[in-house]
Amino acid sequence: MFPPIPNPSVDPAAATPRFGEKDIMRRSASTVEPPATRLTEVAKLIDVTKCIGCKACQAACLEWNQLTEEIGVNHGVYENPMDLTENSFTLMRFTEWVNPETENLEWLIRKDGCMHCEDPGCLKACPSPGAIVQYSNGIVDFQHENCIGCGYCIKGCPFDIPRISKVDHTAYKCTLCSDRVAVGQGPACQKACPTQAIVFGTKEEMKGWADFRIKDLKSRGFENAGLYDPQGVGGTHVMYVLHHADQPSIYAGLPDNPRISPIVETWKGITKYMGMALMGVAAAAGVLHYLVAGPNKVTEEDEENAERLAGGTAVPPPAGPAPLEGRRS
Amino acid sequence: MTVRDPQAPIAEPADDVQPGDAVHPGRPVTVDRYTVGARINHWITAISLVLLALSGLALFTPKLFFLTGLFGGGQMTRILHPWIGVVLFVSFSGLFLRFWRANLPKRVDAEWLAHSSDLLAGREEKMPEVGKYNAGQKFVFWSMSALILVLITSGIVMWDQYFYPFTTIEQKRIAILVHSATAIFAICVWIVHVYAAIWVKGTFSAMTRGNVTGGWAWRHHRKWLRELVHKPARRGTGTPAE
Amino acid sequence: MTNSWTDIRNTDLVVIMGGNAAEAHPCGFKWVTEAKANRGAKLIVIDPRFNRSASVADYYAPIRQGSDIAFLLGLINWCIQNDKVQWAYTKAFTNASFIVKEGFAYQDGLFTGYDEGKRDYNRDSWEYEIGPDGYALIDETLQHPRCVWSLLKQHVSIYTPEMVERICGTPKEKFLHIAQMIGECSSPTKTMTSMYALGWTQHSKGAQNIRGMAMLQLILGNIGVRGGGMNALRGHSNIQGLTDIGLLSNAMPGYLNLPTDKEPDFNAYMSTRGFKPLRPNQMSYWQNYKKFFVSFMKSMYGGAATAQNDWAYDYLPKLDVPNYDILRMFERMKKGEVNLYFCQGFNPLQAFPNKAKLAEGLSKLKLLVIMDPLQTETARFWEDHGIYNKADPASIKTEVIQLPTTCFAEDEGSLVNSGRWLQWHWPGGSPPGEAKHDAWIMAQIHLRLKELYRKEGGAFPDPILNLNWAYKDPGEPTPEELAKEMNGSALVDVFDPADPTKKILEAGKQLAGFGQYRDDGTTAGGCWIFSGSFTEAGNMMARRDNSDPDETGAYLKWTFAWPANRRILYNRASCDLDGKPWDPSRKLIEWDGSKWTGYDVPDIAPTAKPQDVGPFIMNPEGTGRLFVRKMMRDGPFPVHYEPFESPVANVIAPKVRGNPVARVFADDWKQFADIGDPNFPYAGTSYRLTEHFHYWTKNNHVNAVLQPQQFVEISEELAKEKRIVKGGWVRVWSKRGELLAIAVVTKRIKPMTIDGKTVHVVGVPIHWGFVGAARKGFPANVLTPFVGDANIETPEFKAFMVNIEPSTGPVA
Repeated sequence: MFPPIPNPSVDPAAATPRFGEKDIMRRSASTVEPPATRLTEVAKLIDVTKCIGCKACQAACLEWNQLTEEIGVNHGVYENPMDLTENSFTLMRFTEWVNPETENLEWLIRKDGCMHCEDPGCLKACPSPGAIVQYSNGIVDFQHENCIGCGYCIKGCPFDIPRISKVDHTAYKCTLCSDRVAVGQGPACQKACPTQAIVFGTKEEMKGWADFRIKDLKSRGFENAGLYDPQGVGGTHVMYVLHHADQPSIYAGLPDNPRISPIVETWKGITKYMGMALMGVAAAAGVLHYLVAGPNKVTEEDEENAERLAGGTAVPPPAGPAPLEGRRS
Repeated sequence: MTVRDPQAPIAEPADDVQPGDAVHPGRPVTVDRYTVGARINHWITAISLVLLALSGLALFTPKLFFLTGLFGGGQMTRILHPWIGVVLFVSFSGLFLRFWRANLPKRVDAEWLAHSSDLLAGREEKMPEVGKYNAGQKFVFWSMSALILVLITSGIVMWDQYFYPFTTIEQKRIAILVHSATAIFAICVWIVHVYAAIWVKGTFSAMTRGNVTGGWAWRHHRKWLRELVHKPARRGTGTPAE
Repeated sequence: MTNSWTDIRNTDLVVIMGGNAAEAHPCGFKWVTEAKANRGAKLIVIDPRFNRSASVADYYAPIRQGSDIAFLLGLINWCIQNDKVQWAYTKAFTNASFIVKEGFAYQDGLFTGYDEGKRDYNRDSWEYEIGPDGYALIDETLQHPRCVWSLLKQHVSIYTPEMVERICGTPKEKFLHIAQMIGECSSPTKTMTSMYALGWTQHSKGAQNIRGMAMLQLILGNIGVRGGGMNALRGHSNIQGLTDIGLLSNAMPGYLNLPTDKEPDFNAYMSTRGFKPLRPNQMSYWQNYKKFFVSFMKSMYGGAATAQNDWAYDYLPKLDVPNYDILRMFERMKKGEVNLYFCQGFNPLQAFPNKAKLAEGLSKLKLLVIMDPLQTETARFWEDHGIYNKADPASIKTEVIQLPTTCFAEDEGSLVNSGRWLQWHWPGGSPPGEAKHDAWIMAQIHLRLKELYRKEGGAFPDPILNLNWAYKDPGEPTPEELAKEMNGSALVDVFDPADPTKKILEAGKQLAGFGQYRDDGTTAGGCWIFSGSFTEAGNMMARRDNSDPDETGAYLKWTFAWPANRRILYNRASCDLDGKPWDPSRKLIEWDGSKWTGYDVPDIAPTAKPQDVGPFIMNPEGTGRLFVRKMMRDGPFPVHYEPFESPVANVIAPKVRGNPVARVFADDWKQFADIGDPNFPYAGTSYRLTEHFHYWTKNNHVNAVLQPQQFVEISEELAKEKRIVKGGWVRVWSKRGELLAIAVVTKRIKPMTIDGKTVHVVGVPIHWGFVGAARKGFPANVLTPFVGDANIETPEFKAFMVNIEPSTGPVA
């Protein structure tokens, strides 16, 4: 058993948050001075191989975060709701997969939710200063007072996680229960999980525990059991133990090699710089031309020519090439 | 009062001459270039475009996020930008309908373009006579038309509040990249447009009072002026600007 | 449970069959994951559906619902054939060597003594041969043709792997794979645990399903050891407490039983409750029956129960039928024989079979009183909810009174979990609205009734007038007072029987355990097995010390486990005949030469010599029973009987329909589909989902979100055959009723081949009804047959026949 996190102390001192503003490592659309020392990185480890799909995590998430999800309908599957929503930060996804090697059915049940990437695509895409922050312990959190509801985080996320509320039009996702973690507790889902399929601790502890689990799985014939801590996003602070770590996508489309989309990288990178440059050049070229060439003014002669034309008087042939119309006729 | 060249044959009106275009003899000659409707249409488009550029840039780069202050904050900017986009699209469509014929490319445009360095260097006398719009203006017109079409299309794809379910995230990502790049080009074209109006003196009055001086028309759109003098306006129902 | 939840972590092999622990007991299931993670234990799941337990299993095999006995006897047969028997254990600790009476026989699915007219057996021959010394005869060599072992070998021999495949639909190679995994646990150093629940009990032969596995566990030597046992996963948090406290029509607290009308006086009653040992030196602990009975009567009637009036024996009701179970009561309601139904914490309109019959019964009552913390369908049976509950309120004369009660979280008291732990709890909130504690309501009714009897007399007011009611506030006995009463106390000073000068306990003090119970009226105790839970040392149930020396999983200082704070029953069987642990690494207790010591409270007299006294101290044999004598109505060995509705005739006994002694009321026969009826070709089964708890949590928004709407599960093959689409509506009907639900089309259910015939399974979760936060739905009991287990009348909810077709869904 992974040592359970002790229940909260009643000592008021224990309620003092252990991290906050000063530990912000990244802040959307802002440049911040990273804290001199990084907090110990935390992580949640979801052991898919121990998960029984009971949805206690979903219930705990709704309860702790005081979210009201609507009562839906059955769509012919066990999932409910059918997708993450602004109220459902986490969701069990069920996949019936027939292992081609053994021809045995495997019911893969994965708890979906924010991965708390080390290199968060949402934060990179966010245009609003301070709407998304990353604490130095690895938690990526949305600050709703700064969120403008543009949905860029959805495009930035390699895992399709954030959802925009139809009520307050701000983005929502798992906070890794930053409020609980701040006072020394684990996330609500971890607390509720009956089989310790969800454990929480430092990232190093979680990797160590994952090794222990993977050894057990290999002994049971899952040769490709492994840890999902994708390096394409710099690693994550929510990790999975998978029986088939060689093919994450069988777990309801968990990305095989997640990374921030190159389109998003282009948009937030070269497009931004080149675009600003291009517009600057265009404006500068105008100014420069004006200074060099001076204004293009109508001359007195032009006016007289016009008067003659309008008055029906013959107009001297223009100085320039013959009128095209003449050539055409 | 509309003046017509009595010798001019009553023929198909020239493409360049648009409803409302008219010459008023006098000193100086004044030429009606834009009807009041066209001007209102233009300025709605212009204001929308400026607002879109400001709000768009605010969301495009954190350095300009402060511009959201002009719109009542980030949330309002996010709400308003697409709606202004709709206004722009509708309004620009009006301009398009008004002006597309006069902006059809002609052979002279190539020649004009060939001499564009003369123009920039101030040797306008070397330029060929052009109609209501020169090739540069046509470039502005057609590029804006195309860019706005792309902007509205990509904009709808990324307008999550109403259109989220209809496209994939990957499509939205492409849309957002296309939208930003297109917007940059649109702003550049706009800069060219505005600069041309500033550089070429006497131009603003076309979009303010609706008319230009005969000299301006003679200098920049002589063929248009000749046609106006010799030919009737299209459909012959041109109403002079006041 | 013979063992405890926490002990499951000590096992090497978990077999989940007749249950779905991950789904229905997710919190307890954590101990399975612990065993897997820390001991490398393996998990086998055998179920008609690839369920949530199967999703984390090492090995899964399908089985047709209602065929478990064939599978289990097949396993026993395989173990015997392949010498996978823990011989020393089987010989010493089971009745394998006992010689059965001449005349006992089994043929064509029936044992000696069957009376088809009565649907009952004359069970006289189902007994041991008794020697001249009064003890049962045994043959330690197991060679005697009538010894239990020989009879068992013979009895199970027909359940070959081929026969298992034919009856159960389990592919032979899967059965053999499982048999090998299980067979390994015949080693004294490997144990297997059995986790089961309603998947075994809700059959017309439910008790025999469980016996099948218990017998297997005995021959593997897995009873009484750490990580072994027969572990019933109870379905409600306090349903174990319900049976312990005797809330059954034929029971009294502590597994004493009510007299029948053939026992008109106390002597007649006690004459069959002597429990004389059947082998020398055996404890046969039920010999203390009279102490428990008399102390119970003193607790109930105080001074009114005296030696002169046989401890008020006459106050007890005398049963004229085996029991007044719920099926019988609803049958009587339907016949108009019941006036008042007092329904406390129960929703039978959903929870018992054949909803139409239940509703008809309720409509014929004069008064229905509902005590429940929640709004229930039963309370609203008279309301018209369209297709979900057709009713004509104007024609129903039943008066319904709802008394809102508190729920567990608003009340103080103890809950008995599956592992027999009495865990004290404290209220977490105040009762809402007019809700009252159940004890308050019951006390108020009692006081008023007592007053009426006092004023008006009546035929026999004594049991009510003389009921011991010595509570501080007679209007509301406190949970502590009730708990103390159940523990028992000394009425006068109690002396040591061995040394009458030695005072053990002063009058008025709490008893330390049932060892202090007396049959002379000097002690009172409401429930002997709970004795020790509230002593002079305080409330043992409220203890919260989770220390666990050497991590055995015993947790002796956490709450209180009955009996006597013992965590693993029969734990003396964890040692060999010399009193040394079979598996030293899994030591539980051991004989140190003079007494038993160890991590658990020994389940034997502390100084009983290991060679003399058998570990199964409640049995007069001192052994576990492979042959259960005449104690079960349907046979001393389990036999494969088909469910009453079945796709095929019984392969081993084609003439036998269902369980031959299960009680079926005349009208209900007509509502059973015939065997192989083409109108009802699919094998239906009902079950629970982890998102919901019975019919309660559909009242809760969060649970309703997680599983909002009723569905049925079918295979992709059946969906294709019937043109049913995933997520589309279907109509499912049996001979008793129909329901509309969404189709979940899944790879987790596969058609099976039974006796050469393709059989499709239709799975029906039970949780929806016409009240609550979730979407309206139909309870599974619109489909299920009105028949129960032959011994204890648990309804056959797990196996019935249905038909299915695509539907356009309910008309709004």
